Amino acid sequence: MELPAWSVGPDDALPRTRGADWPSALDRAWAFGDGRAAGVRVAVIDSGIDPHHPVLAGPLQRAVAMEIGPGGATVVADETGDVSGHGTACAGIIRSLAPACELTSVRVLGPDLTGGGDALVAGLRWAIAEGHEVVNLSLSTTKARFADALRALVDEAYFRGAVLVASAHNMPVDSWPWRFASVLSVGSHALPDPETFFANPRPPVEFHARGLDVEVAWAGGTTIRASGNSFATPHMAAMAARVLGAHPGLRPFELKTVLHLIATNREEGP
Amino acid sequence: MTGSDGELRAAVAAGALVAAQRRAPLLQSVADAARAIFHARASSIMLFDAAQAELVFEAVSGEGHELIGRRLPKDTGIAGWVLGAREPIVVEDVAQDPRFAVGFARSVGYVPRGIMAAPLLLDERALGVLSILDRPRPTTPSLDELDLLGVFARQAAVALDLFEAVRHVERALDGRGELAVVARLAAALDGLEGDRRGAASSLLAALEAMLAAPS
Repeated sequence: MELPAWSVGPDDALPRTRGADWPSALDRAWAFGDGRAAGVRVAVIDSGIDPHHPVLAGPLQRAVAMEIGPGGATVVADETGDVSGHGTACAGIIRSLAPACELTSVRVLGPDLTGGGDALVAGLRWAIAEGHEVVNLSLSTTKARFADALRALVDEAYFRGAVLVASAHNMPVDSWPWRFASVLSVGSHALPDPETFFANPRPPVEFHARGLDVEVAWAGGTTIRASGNSFATPHMAAMAARVLGAHPGLRPFELKTVLHLIATNREEGP
Repeated sequence: MTGSDGELRAAVAAGALVAAQRRAPLLQSVADAARAIFHARASSIMLFDAAQAELVFEAVSGEGHELIGRRLPKDTGIAGWVLGAREPIVVEDVAQDPRFAVGFARSVGYVPRGIMAAPLLLDERALGVLSILDRPRPTTPSLDELDLLGVFARQAAVALDLFEAVRHVERALDGRGELAVVARLAAALDGLEGDRRGAASSLLAALEAMLAAPS
């Protein structure tokens, strides 16, 4: 079994993060509260979400799709469900760890996971404008011409208080928006525990979560075993939603700090 | 046509011919090396033909050698998914994965159990897909395999890009396309001497600077 680029392996000892000698009043019990993330609005920008998949165990708050035409992007209600399975996989992970969060599907991808940067930009813009507190982006674009628009949106999200949880690419290539400093960027670790996550003192990837050989929901009510930073990312999105459920209104930098302080390698070492 | 024009064209044509002849062996060697490193039963390099929206088998090592030249719709199977997603993928049991093109595999007579595949990315382009089929399942998780896969994918991408450049040269030598103008200019320059050559070089340098400037 193997890990994608920007991941941490079992033999790669991460250095202890700062804070090991700080006062320990802050722990996961405080940070997560009941861990259900009730009332936290999470948008999944992806291939759609199958609303009937059994792992979701609850309805979606909303499902929209970005349609790109000559006049730009149009936001339409989406009854397609999931054209691939990728978005349902992400949503299933989030629901399993943050069961009371409110999920919205923002479909920007087609059946073969192509969608174009225009749809990604439009979907992200919509998710931020609609006031989602957490946005899961298990995708990125390698097209540099979209980087400026994404950078502007990432800044807007930061100042509005929305945290963007974004996958690092699985190969050592340039892609966006995970490379931007204000997003919560995610790579994979090799451990099977969904609650284990590491703060990475060697950015650009800031956190490592479970992304190896994960059993995930897929299209048509099925499940598959899959690996990749795409599946590590919703683990961190769920952790972010838990913290915001217990402590509404945290700014993105406060949220990152809390996650840093309750990371597995802060409390116990990797 | 001047003598030097002819010599230049002959030299470029000879270079392009050699490069074109090396295309298949180079891609084959990348596929062979990848299969050997992963101890896999088969590996393949598929080129993305954007004009036809198809994936074309360019090199196959191990099982399925007869597939070379075979074309598939670009969204076929796990390779199609990898091309679209521009992300690598590891599927240990393809029978459980709805993306797997089981019909195609059966038609070939070889149904793999596991597939590892990576897009051939260069700059912003996805040039194709490298697939590794049926490597021994490792007993412990390892970072190394996907890193290695990325190395071979990079190698294959650079090779494909290089051969695309050769095709441009071939088209130019045939007198078709804009590059033919460049080839003729180069040949004409080569035939000049003294002040005329200096003036022509300055003119071309100015043109190059203008083309390189941001629009």
